[in-house]
Amino acid sequence: MFGIGLLKGLFTTLKNLLGPVFTVQYPNKKVGLIGALKFHKKTPFQFLKSQPTEFIKSLAGLHEVPEYPSQATRFRGQDFNWFEDRCTGCASCAKYCPLGIIKIETSPSTRDQKEGSSYDIDVFDIDIGRCMFCGLCVEACPFDALHMGSGFERAHEKRKGLVIPVDELRTAIKTPSTWFRPQMESKSYKPREKESEIKDSQDIGRHEQPSDEELTERWVNER
Amino acid sequence: MSTELVTMNIGPIHPSTHGVFRMRVTFDGETIIDAEPIIGYLHRGSEKLAEERTYTQIVTLTDRMDYTASMTNNQAYILSVEKLSGITPSDRGVWLRMIAAELQRIAAHSVAIGFLINDLGAWHTPLLYLLREREKILELFEMMCGARITNSYLRPGGVFMDAPDEFWPSLNKFLDDMPNRLDDIENLLTDNEIILARTQNVAILKKEDAINASITGPMLRASGVDWDLRHRNPYDYYEKISFRRPLGTVGDNNDRYLVRLHEIRESLKIVEQCLDLIEPGPVKPEEVPFLVRPPEGESYVPIEAPKGELGFYLVSDGGISPFRCHVRAPSLINLTLLRDMVIGYKIADLFVTFGSIDVNMGEVDR
Repeated sequence: MFGIGLLKGLFTTLKNLLGPVFTVQYPNKKVGLIGALKFHKKTPFQFLKSQPTEFIKSLAGLHEVPEYPSQATRFRGQDFNWFEDRCTGCASCAKYCPLGIIKIETSPSTRDQKEGSSYDIDVFDIDIGRCMFCGLCVEACPFDALHMGSGFERAHEKRKGLVIPVDELRTAIKTPSTWFRPQMESKSYKPREKESEIKDSQDIGRHEQPSDEELTERWVNER
Repeated sequence: MSTELVTMNIGPIHPSTHGVFRMRVTFDGETIIDAEPIIGYLHRGSEKLAEERTYTQIVTLTDRMDYTASMTNNQAYILSVEKLSGITPSDRGVWLRMIAAELQRIAAHSVAIGFLINDLGAWHTPLLYLLREREKILELFEMMCGARITNSYLRPGGVFMDAPDEFWPSLNKFLDDMPNRLDDIENLLTDNEIILARTQNVAILKKEDAINASITGPMLRASGVDWDLRHRNPYDYYEKISFRRPLGTVGDNNDRYLVRLHEIRESLKIVEQCLDLIEPGPVKPEEVPFLVRPPEGESYVPIEAPKGELGFYLVSDGGISPFRCHVRAPSLINLTLLRDMVIGYKIADLFVTFGSIDVNMGEVDR
């Protein structure tokens, strides 16, 4: 009978209408009082005292809290993480970048000639305005000094603002992505959260730090 | 009554042209007299760019050719590099990239069906159902390789990194869930009288015409030719896998839709078989360097991409980058028959036919 197919289709759409919601309201979602208290981790009284207007808004279900889509730990994003102690200034990353957007300038170090400190890095600029986040720089790094980040929001008015200068790389909170760094893949590690910051560069990376004797043997006696 | 022919430009910026595709169409009333495809609006010179990049860096270029099917593009390119430089891939790497390629086929066919139905006028509802399923695949890809569209997952000799632990339960969940979702799609679309009226016996492509124009992929199978490179010329480990090849009977737009829908089901079965056969081990041979330097020679390995036969013809002069790289893009060659298929039909059938060919402008222009 003509129309059976249409009715079947309408039944399917009805089923989907009543099903669970799949959409994520990025960047902000509107929540009620319970959702707001859950997000701010406050009692109703504390919330009323600190943000009275927001409290009234939340009663109407209009309080806005940030909402992010779920993200895998391997997500390749911006805000590159760079560990200066591990970097030798070999420029492997700059060489393997398909677009040539990493700029490195080094000068001879005044410190003792240990592995990883024989050169000072003066300039380490990454122009992420042209970056395509393929991750080849991270893959090429022999000392695990450069890591992908996990952010994706870096809008700027000028192209210059899209260049990550070396000072920003030095001072940034280091929560690298686990792309090509399988040693960091554990259930508890979440790259987007500040608690999982990696403070010591020796915690990260595939290689053990060589001892001083080893370094002298390798870099002084053999030469 | 004498009427005047009208020539109209459709595109390059038009929501139904799937990117930047332009057609100069001549109408007599509503009937199409002539349709001339004009391409080149998305030309990025990937083949030329490949000549000055190393073999590993070119993987990132292949992602951007057919951006709805990056994994199969990677696969075609990597197979060609492996043949050129004589690399034997490791077992687990091959299984992983087969799983990735089949998931990508499901995602690409979902997009193809969704936008075909979208062009028919089913505004967004079926499309969003299919994009929702595709989203789950993209999340799986994100777990595997950190990116959703431009994956760059494959490397000469296998893949760059093993899939994480949380990937396998998610994949199993997806495989359990997807047949039900496909039943939903079939309930919604296959018997729908409006869709049948619009697609049945429209733009019929005969077997002989399809073969003469070197059409490949689901479009060829919809015309009733049993030609699937996974079966005829198995690459990777496809000879260890058994799967059915859905064929069309008439070769009209409805057949092209049905073939894609059934291929999604077959791809799910292939992934399940791969999961049974995959074993722990290295994902990439240790001896394969980051900077591949193949000996002088040339290679071409065709694979069955979601849109048809895709292959990279590479010529090496012994250096770190290819001397010449040519891509046999299925979208471009499938598009050549658009004119012959739409002549004599109405203007509304033009977009449906164009959608059923399933071209991707990134791959057409490269």
